[in-house]
Amino acid sequence: MITYLIKRILWMFPMLIGISLISFFIMHLAPGDVTSTEASFNPKASEESRQKLREIYNLDKPVIVQYGLWIKRISQLDFGNSFASHQRPVLWEEKDKNGNISKGLIQEALPITLLINLLGITVIFSISIILGTLSAVKQNSWVDKSITLFVFIGFAIPGFWLALLLMYWTGVSNQWLPISGLHSMNYQNLSLLGQFLDLTKHLILPVFVSSLSGLAGISLYVRNGMLEILNQDFITTARSKGLNEKKVVFIHALKNAILPLITIIGLSIPALIGGSVISESIFAIPGMGKLFYDSVLMRDFPVVMGILTIGSVLTLLGNLIADLGYAWADPRIRKGITK
Amino acid sequence: MKKFIGNSLALAGFIIIMTVLLAAILAPIISPYDPNFIDIESILIAPSYTHIMGTDGLGRDVFSRMLYGAQISLLVGFVAVGISTGIGIILGSIAGFYRGWVDSFIMRIVDIMLSIPSFFLILAVIAFLTPSIWNIMIVIGLTSWMGVTRLVRAEFLSLRGREFVMASEAMGSSDVKIILLHLLPNSMTPIIVSSVLGIASAVLVESGLSFLGLGVQAPTASWGNILTDGKEYIQFAWWLSLFPGLAILLTVLGYNLLGEGLRDILDPKNK
Repeated sequence: MITYLIKRILWMFPMLIGISLISFFIMHLAPGDVTSTEASFNPKASEESRQKLREIYNLDKPVIVQYGLWIKRISQLDFGNSFASHQRPVLWEEKDKNGNISKGLIQEALPITLLINLLGITVIFSISIILGTLSAVKQNSWVDKSITLFVFIGFAIPGFWLALLLMYWTGVSNQWLPISGLHSMNYQNLSLLGQFLDLTKHLILPVFVSSLSGLAGISLYVRNGMLEILNQDFITTARSKGLNEKKVVFIHALKNAILPLITIIGLSIPALIGGSVISESIFAIPGMGKLFYDSVLMRDFPVVMGILTIGSVLTLLGNLIADLGYAWADPRIRKGITK
Repeated sequence: MKKFIGNSLALAGFIIIMTVLLAAILAPIISPYDPNFIDIESILIAPSYTHIMGTDGLGRDVFSRMLYGAQISLLVGFVAVGISTGIGIILGSIAGFYRGWVDSFIMRIVDIMLSIPSFFLILAVIAFLTPSIWNIMIVIGLTSWMGVTRLVRAEFLSLRGREFVMASEAMGSSDVKIILLHLLPNSMTPIIVSSVLGIASAVLVESGLSFLGLGVQAPTASWGNILTDGKEYIQFAWWLSLFPGLAILLTVLGYNLLGEGLRDILDPKNK
């Protein structure tokens, strides 16, 4: 297990280098250099910050040297400062000359996106296991057929359209739920429970919208996995032992069908993070997705590059956790590795 | 063909896609108005006999814009998937045929690409370039070839040990000939299925980008940017949100049904 862990962690370094190469390449797609042509469209990019950008990316030096220096900065977690947003630091808080702390943009946005995605993963996990199992146990019944229909529609429905319709239906015409933001105006004056309920109300729509397509995909996955497992010998053995069907399905089969989900959910992290752009910008939630979208619109390159890199690192970490979780949960792998 | 008609999913998907295709091809003939004609005297008219899907905030006919939007959606889907399938076939063939370090190298690039959130990657590229329909298609294509690469490689790995491939090798056929004549034709089923499913996700990505204002630019109509208007007027003009959203939903559903159906039909195990 420990050798596996070490191997798996060491493997992340070449991956990180690859990711940084791709990010660096994208940065050089800009016509001319980053500071001149495109940044001049951005009225908020002062001459001072442009000069700083030239320094950060060492645009006067050869490309390889530029890359090396950029990597050096990034490995010290220095992503520079935003063009806009009062030139706040991209990643983490900094003190200025007067001792005022200005918080990092990613530092503020990341916990929100993580919260939404973790809630989303929980929703996806719990509901898709129920739907997938029901669908498999009652194969070809009307339950199975309606779940399959739901799966196909969940795959095909554009998230932003669903968000728009739900916003209109629950927020504008019925006023059941707030349509944007994370908190109500009177958030500060609410009791702790009140604040919790307020936050929950604001999160229902974004979490639902961002988990729907994952829900569809994973329900289908659980269904197919269950169908395959229910045909295997050990299930027949369990049944012929006279175990009741509920025990067979929920204890013997389900355990085996859920296992691969750990990996699948790890693999779906990039899609979840990427999908946050649409749901967060529609619901005006100040997370990574909205920050990224706003920065793209304002051509705020330091923030774009920072989020691209941090987003990828998070994906790598997520995959690592998923792989380790899988290795830990599956005795076959766990024992195989210890050997 | 019989099997195709027997498979109701595939048939439903096929009919939907054909309808979109017809709408796109016939757009110049059947659209009742010029899609970009601004008529300030008929702003936000609800669906009626003169405008069957109503008009938008600039008085443009939504039905005509929807028809032209179908062209964009088809174009983006096919070109983007053409690019990604092309790259996937080439890289997957090389990796699966030559194996060894070339294979490891290509598969590591695949792993790296898969770990960058693709929507972020697409947005970042578009931030540095200017958004245009060609850039969108190329960028979607360049960020979605990983699945096909893995598929082709896996097919090649399992086919390489088969007798007919070894026979051809023993007869001294060149690598290119073995790949083109024996390996690729036998890997077509998964490639076709994944391309059709790929078109579905390309259509979704394009509409999302256009909705965010980073895709197809005004005045060119796309289903995504009609919806941007719909968001603006959602309280008084439901038709601006309903029709383009439904069109995207049905089109994506169509490709998905067709793809899944083809998987069943083309699978030799089902014969």
